[in-house]
Amino acid sequence: MAPTPPAIRVAGLHKSYGSFTAIAELDFEIAHGETFALLGPNGAGKSTTIEILEGYRDRSGGVAEVLGVDPQHGGLEWKARLGIVLQQSGESANLSVRELLRHVAGLYPSPRDVEEVISAVGLEAKAGSRVKALSGGQRRRVDVALGIIGRPELLFLDEPTTGFDPEARRQFWDLIRSLSAEGTTILLTTHYLDEAAQLSDRAGVIAAGRLIDIGPIDQLGPADARVPIVRWHDGATVREERTSEPSHLVSRLTAEHGELAGLEVIRPSLEDIYLDLVATAEPAATATATATAPAPAPTETAA
Amino acid sequence: MSATPTTGPVSPGRFTPGRTLRLGLSRIRYETTVYFRAGDTVFFTFLFPVVLLGIFSVAFDGLGNVGTNPDGSGGISQAAYYLPGMIAAGILLSGVQNLGVDIAIERGDGTLKRLGGTPLPVLSYFIGKMGQVLVTSLAQVALLLLLARVAFGVELPADPANWVTFAWVYLLGITTSAVLGIAISRLPRTGKSATAVIIPPLLVLQFISGVFLSFTMLPSWLQTVASVFPLKWIAQGMRAAFLPESFAAAEQGGSWNLPWVAVVLGIWLVAGLIVCRLTFRWIRKDG
Repeated sequence: MAPTPPAIRVAGLHKSYGSFTAIAELDFEIAHGETFALLGPNGAGKSTTIEILEGYRDRSGGVAEVLGVDPQHGGLEWKARLGIVLQQSGESANLSVRELLRHVAGLYPSPRDVEEVISAVGLEAKAGSRVKALSGGQRRRVDVALGIIGRPELLFLDEPTTGFDPEARRQFWDLIRSLSAEGTTILLTTHYLDEAAQLSDRAGVIAAGRLIDIGPIDQLGPADARVPIVRWHDGATVREERTSEPSHLVSRLTAEHGELAGLEVIRPSLEDIYLDLVATAEPAATATATATAPAPAPTETAA
Repeated sequence: MSATPTTGPVSPGRFTPGRTLRLGLSRIRYETTVYFRAGDTVFFTFLFPVVLLGIFSVAFDGLGNVGTNPDGSGGISQAAYYLPGMIAAGILLSGVQNLGVDIAIERGDGTLKRLGGTPLPVLSYFIGKMGQVLVTSLAQVALLLLLARVAFGVELPADPANWVTFAWVYLLGITTSAVLGIAISRLPRTGKSATAVIIPPLLVLQFISGVFLSFTMLPSWLQTVASVFPLKWIAQGMRAAFLPESFAAAEQGGSWNLPWVAVVLGIWLVAGLIVCRLTFRWIRKDG
């Protein structure tokens, strides 16, 4: 890869509220044009991280660089290059979708065409409706439209598809792919692993304020995480064995025992791998967190 | 969402000169549209003084004129007597109450957070708010004058000097009021509590500042308290503009005391600007 600086660089990032540690230590980089997913359970620190990068929160320590700028001191020119879709839908404006988008487009130096964006988020039929009269899923589309209207180089999406029906989610994925194809760098947090798998080049998994894994989505988890499991019933007990050659194992077992009761060959899904990762990381991380910080977590810092 | 926006992230456009002012003007349009589309603000901020002027004029009509000669002749109608007070109340409501509540709600519902993520200058946002206050308040004053003249036959001043007094007291008053509105929008902790935190103290202020009740009726300690706040001075300045010269004798100190109107309002304006500059943030940063 060319030695251009990354779109986002985070090193030793730390954030605490009093004695509560929201982010213990984070290191990652996101290249220009990359789509990166941040995964993790509720309260893991995803939103805290993304809001630090957006300039909404100040970090307690470490380095953060977004498009070459420290987000704590990002000026208006810097903001003009970002698109931000926050976790919560914004105002219940007494304006139509088209009026709101037209107004916000005017804040950016080279915005996208308003009608184009309206159709890109599938709101043609609602373009003249007041935003506050829309359903939750439709308002989320308005949020996404507001995030991309300024033609951002870098787009932050914090749980963007909450409240979408399955069809809307597919359409949203198409939109994100087309933005990515045009070179937009995208940082996304999501609870939906299929969404991360569909959209992202790489993903990072956060649990209890620490990055526990990072890499291409099909390589997450420990080396043996994808090794298939062969499971069968041996009398009353359930036996299972992990092997990279399941058919070999099955034929050997069949030769020894004859027909096997309850035979299954399981390939761990992304979700299985993710849940394993988080489950193994959480108790350890929670233990260290409680050892150093006995105070209860303030709720407003939940990711 | 299937259609693809055809043009991608090319090099970002440059900011053009005069951007802050241009966006400020665009915000005035936006803010004014939103203002008139919200039924509750139109009633409680915009129409409230108009409704009160109507009620006072009709309800107290039977009491006869105010400031009559000993033989009962002369004086001015109840409508004419209440007009300056209602204009002053309108200035307070359109500025302090309107912006104090409005911005607190915008902070609570995430509007400010979203704006803070866009390249909108804070100054343009302020221009938008101040412009909205000016536009809506001018319309309110025009409506009050129209109602007084047409419905209640109030004689408006003929001397241009009165209108000069009106113009400067109005401009200084509305600017101060708008700035103080932005400043106190920090007080409510949530958008939901905004009206409960801001409206009652302003109502009390209206009662002690000579808007609803004649100022000199109040005990002197309460007059002293009210004199600290700007509304008393706005109302006094408006009375100077609209009431006959003979009414000056009924004022505190027996004169309109316009220099002090200017001084007190000027102090509040500067103090409000300093508070805005020091405390306004798009979001409550958590440090």
